[in-house]
Amino acid sequence: MILFILFSTITVKAFDTPNDGGGSITIKAYNVPETVKKALVYRKTEGDTTYTFAGVMSILSYRYVDANSTIKNGKPYYYRVDFYFPDTVISVESDSPGIAYAQWYDKTKTSSLIFLIVFSTLVLVFIQLAKKDPEGLYIRKIPALDAIDEAVGRSTELGKPTFFVHGLLGITDAGTLAALTILRRVAKKVAEYDTPILVTNFDPIVMTASQETVKQAYTEAGRPDAYNEKNIIYLTYEQFGYTAGVDGLMVREKPGAIFLQGYFFAESLILAETGHSVGAIQIAGTTAKEQLPFFVAACDYVLIGEEMLAASSYIGREPVMLGSVKGADWGKAFLMGVIGIGVVLGTVGAILQSAGNGALMNVFEKILAFF
Amino acid sequence: MLKKQIPLAITFITGVIIVITFFIPHPPFGRLQQDALTWYSVIFGFTMLLGVDSLVRFHYRKLRRREKGWWFSIIFYGGFLLSFITGVVSEVRFGDAFKIGSSFMYFYNTILIPLQSTMFALLAFFIASASYRAFRARNIDATFLLVTAVIVMLGRVPVGYMLWHKLPNLTSWILNVLQLGPMRGIMIGIALGTVAMSLRLILGIERTYLS
Repeated sequence: MILFILFSTITVKAFDTPNDGGGSITIKAYNVPETVKKALVYRKTEGDTTYTFAGVMSILSYRYVDANSTIKNGKPYYYRVDFYFPDTVISVESDSPGIAYAQWYDKTKTSSLIFLIVFSTLVLVFIQLAKKDPEGLYIRKIPALDAIDEAVGRSTELGKPTFFVHGLLGITDAGTLAALTILRRVAKKVAEYDTPILVTNFDPIVMTASQETVKQAYTEAGRPDAYNEKNIIYLTYEQFGYTAGVDGLMVREKPGAIFLQGYFFAESLILAETGHSVGAIQIAGTTAKEQLPFFVAACDYVLIGEEMLAASSYIGREPVMLGSVKGADWGKAFLMGVIGIGVVLGTVGAILQSAGNGALMNVFEKILAFF
Repeated sequence: MLKKQIPLAITFITGVIIVITFFIPHPPFGRLQQDALTWYSVIFGFTMLLGVDSLVRFHYRKLRRREKGWWFSIIFYGGFLLSFITGVVSEVRFGDAFKIGSSFMYFYNTILIPLQSTMFALLAFFIASASYRAFRARNIDATFLLVTAVIVMLGRVPVGYMLWHKLPNLTSWILNVLQLGPMRGIMIGIALGTVAMSLRLILGIERTYLS
């Protein structure tokens, strides 16, 4: 009798999985005793006489998401959950059928939407302001970008080639696009100084873009005849094969300047140390935060994270581009303000909670859950 | 004119659609990002042919001109042909070149993986040489780096605990407080820089990728 009362309190609800594109029903069990060893979910729909096995429900969250490909939007599905106790099995059916729907807006991404609107507005406003007052924009010096001319110049004086080594990510990576901007600047200088350049690529799409970039740079420098497509080469799509290939080229060709630009992984230090061993001046730039210490240790100049992404604005010095950098800075200030408010709210909330007043902490936790 | 305007229009439309689909799970929007990645994979497959063409031509030039290290190019052609032939044969015979027991997998496991492991193992020596240069106490900043590095390294090994039982705690504090704050700052900077760059690309302000 006691067992019956205990088990009869278990309820199972089936409902549309929120914030998704449909084709999914969530089954949630409530008031489940801790002695449950496992819980199996069964499903049937209109016309079915028996339930079929759907999956295993987690006994930590008592939640199961049924995203089986047979689930159709707008069609009712009935669920039964079998709860396995040490000495018995109890079956509980959902109180109502679950019906899957597709949503037009993902509510969990509201914080991202707010941030996107605020950030985009700031960037657009500062772009407009920059158009009106181009002189009022200041961007601090970035030594690694200023050193491009010096590095190519040194390479020319030594009569050695310049190497440009792309990172391991494709054209969809912002760092790779920034690397192409830097490549354009390097290639233009190389064309002006009439020094050989070798661009190594891990990704064939990046190679194609690099060829176009270098070609354009040579044309801008008034040396289209000097452009050689064969100097922009693809090596391999294997991480350490690429590393071995680039290292081999460095050791054989002994470049005077090496640019390591893009997203690197474990090969960063192997490349940078080999470059150092051949006596080249090295300028690295990456958005891979884990690799920054290695580049700082082994290279002469390093573009740290966002410095690389601001390269096109810094090199081009166009007011519109600089305006977008300033807008991003204000976006950062906004974010810092939000973080600061969060820190104060959380700290004061924790102090008040320990003193017996949890109201502020509740507010803080709700804000935290929103983000 | 059209050479610039058409790619800019494609970038704008694609960028806006991808941003919108991030917030709309309803079909067909919810699947568009995945579809775009599939298209990217198809394009990637074709550009791989360009990559192989570039590599083959590069080594052919080296061989023809007898450039420095030209005989490495013979090894390249040998490896390329071996991979290509065994890959095709394994695909035809087993239906998947990466199937265990295929000739392609045999060469992959016995040649390529040991070579990759060897390259990765070199990292240990390069870390030693880079650390030696980075940790030289030339000025106050480098001295701080040296002292911190010694604490962290000692705190991660049993001998550090033997020397002073609170050393692992100090190491954790350095890693979780001193190091994590600036690291998160860099991460936020990169994330915001990426958003700003994406906006510049979508709006057609950033055009360097067009050449």
